[in-house]
Amino acid sequence: MLPDEKGYYGPYGGRFVPETLIPALDELAAAYIGIKDDKQFWSRMEILGHDYSGRPTPLYFAEMLTRHCGGAQIYLKREDLAHTGAHKINNALGQGLLAQKMGKQRIIAETGAGQHGVATAAVCAMLGLKCVVYMGEEDVRRQSLNMFRMKLMGAEVRPVSSGSQTLKDAINEAIRDWVTNVGDSYYLIGSVVGPHPYPLMVRDFQAVIGRETRRQVLEKCSKLPDYIVACVGGGSNAIGIFHPFIGETEVKLIGVEAAGDGINTGRHAASLSRGKPGVLHGALSYLLQDSDGQVMETHSISAGLDYPGVGPEHSYYKDNHRAEYVAVDDLECLDAFQLLCKLEGIMPALESAHAVAHAVKLAGKLDRDKIIVINLSGRGDKDTGIVADALGVTL
Amino acid sequence: MSRISNVFQKDGRKALIAYITTGYPSMEATLKVAPLLAEAGCDIIELGIPFSDPLADGVTIQNATHQALLNGVTVKKCLEAAGQIRRKVSVPLVFMGYLNPILHYGPEKFCADCAKAGIDGLIIPDLPPGELPALDDSAARHGIDVISFLAPNSSDARIKEVSGKAQGFIYLVSVTGVTGVRKGLSSDLKGFIARVRQATDLPLCIGFGISSAEQAAQAAELADGVIIGSRIIQLMEDGQKSYKKLREFLGEVRHGIGG
Repeated sequence: MLPDEKGYYGPYGGRFVPETLIPALDELAAAYIGIKDDKQFWSRMEILGHDYSGRPTPLYFAEMLTRHCGGAQIYLKREDLAHTGAHKINNALGQGLLAQKMGKQRIIAETGAGQHGVATAAVCAMLGLKCVVYMGEEDVRRQSLNMFRMKLMGAEVRPVSSGSQTLKDAINEAIRDWVTNVGDSYYLIGSVVGPHPYPLMVRDFQAVIGRETRRQVLEKCSKLPDYIVACVGGGSNAIGIFHPFIGETEVKLIGVEAAGDGINTGRHAASLSRGKPGVLHGALSYLLQDSDGQVMETHSISAGLDYPGVGPEHSYYKDNHRAEYVAVDDLECLDAFQLLCKLEGIMPALESAHAVAHAVKLAGKLDRDKIIVINLSGRGDKDTGIVADALGVTL
Repeated sequence: MSRISNVFQKDGRKALIAYITTGYPSMEATLKVAPLLAEAGCDIIELGIPFSDPLADGVTIQNATHQALLNGVTVKKCLEAAGQIRRKVSVPLVFMGYLNPILHYGPEKFCADCAKAGIDGLIIPDLPPGELPALDDSAARHGIDVISFLAPNSSDARIKEVSGKAQGFIYLVSVTGVTGVRKGLSSDLKGFIARVRQATDLPLCIGFGISSAEQAAQAAELADGVIIGSRIIQLMEDGQKSYKKLREFLGEVRHGIGG
């Protein structure tokens, strides 16, 4: 079972952090082992998952979209219906409860699109914890609605003006805060990235998506899906839905990265498709870097995918071919966003629209008895301004 | 006996370790300032290799490394600069850099080229001891010390583990936090150093936040050496004009920790 005890998925993962964080990671790993078999903890998770987050989220047969594509049957795992609008709440809730159990009173988080920030702010409000969220200036600008939502829930949002002013820089700043306030603060990271045990822990909290999907698809179709398609930035929604199917090799797993202006333009965020193994934010994984090992600036219309790294477990699945990773550019994403709105009355997050775009391409080539599940990881209300801009519409 | 170990053989003399970012504010400045540091009484010079995401550094060094990258500094140029500095100074030279550029260059080639350039040690803030055995092996093969860190929150077990692997000296982080100028020294520093002393006979040097002669003197009373970075970078901001100020500052520090 991966990772190994040092937090490696094959050659990827590990703990590449300043020494000051080693005691915190040891403490965290011990606390996490402590709750693994703690029935009380998981029963509280389940109750709150049900009553607070609204789980299980539905598995919806997208009949109009299926008809439009003229091939495989397309199902949507509706994480967009989870509380705060994305799958991020699953992890925020799990880690929030863990932090509380560890006696930590102050929570630090980073956010890109703002979905993880909002989920963390919500959980902190509910659990009575202090919450500080780091967000790149560029993302504050393009995701101002989420910034305001966090503030309404009592979080302090700190804009980050260093580097590319996006998710990567927000994580740098969150880690600097953590290293400084390591005694009383808990770093609630939002994806399957970072040093061990984060990729493991976040995966376990997100695997509820895949477990539900498995049960729901068996109920509806009496067979497992043929394809599961999910977008990959850091990769938490993808790992969440993939993980319970890893052993079932007849289920093909496809991760969709952001190709930005185009995969060959150099302006994209496709770490697995175009990166090389490297170390950023505490783990060895595929990384977009230049010829001198400097981390590259990324581009995507979707703030949540705009990240040069990726979770180490994805790097492992890329190398051993258990999952396939493809990339979808900004224009294809915008088309898919509008298509889902028009055909199904569902507005996906721009992140999730990447998965929709690839699934639409794929479905048309497949027979009608094939089943594709798209992880619709978040809803798109936060993105209406960006989409309007891109389409030249003044609101 | 490595060149670094030799520094600590001069009975009781406290070591002064100075950090500069290679290529900040310019490569010319680095090549001029390094010999100046040695003349002003620095015993070890840390040459920073700039990285795009310096997550253990505060604003001062973040800005300096960012400027160095804009100046086109690469790992290769840092190695070339180190080679040139080595021809002018005899004190140990240590690279301080984040792991990824080293990994990308290739740990074996990097250590081989470091040895050729006259580099004596490596300080890699995001590489805990034992996490990348390939680099340790390459460094050992080329006679380069890999310097380990310990922090005030390190457990006794961790202190023992790290001390067992440490080479040259141990870099004690004065506070939990990032690099940068601070007003005072942490009050629990004494207890932390005592805990490390129990575990090892290796020289202990204190860094992070030391920015005045007075702080340096206090730190030197507890340890075998002091490391100053951000304050030196600040003093270099004015280019050539600042060399006099830098010399004066280092003179005061050297005096404060004992000549």
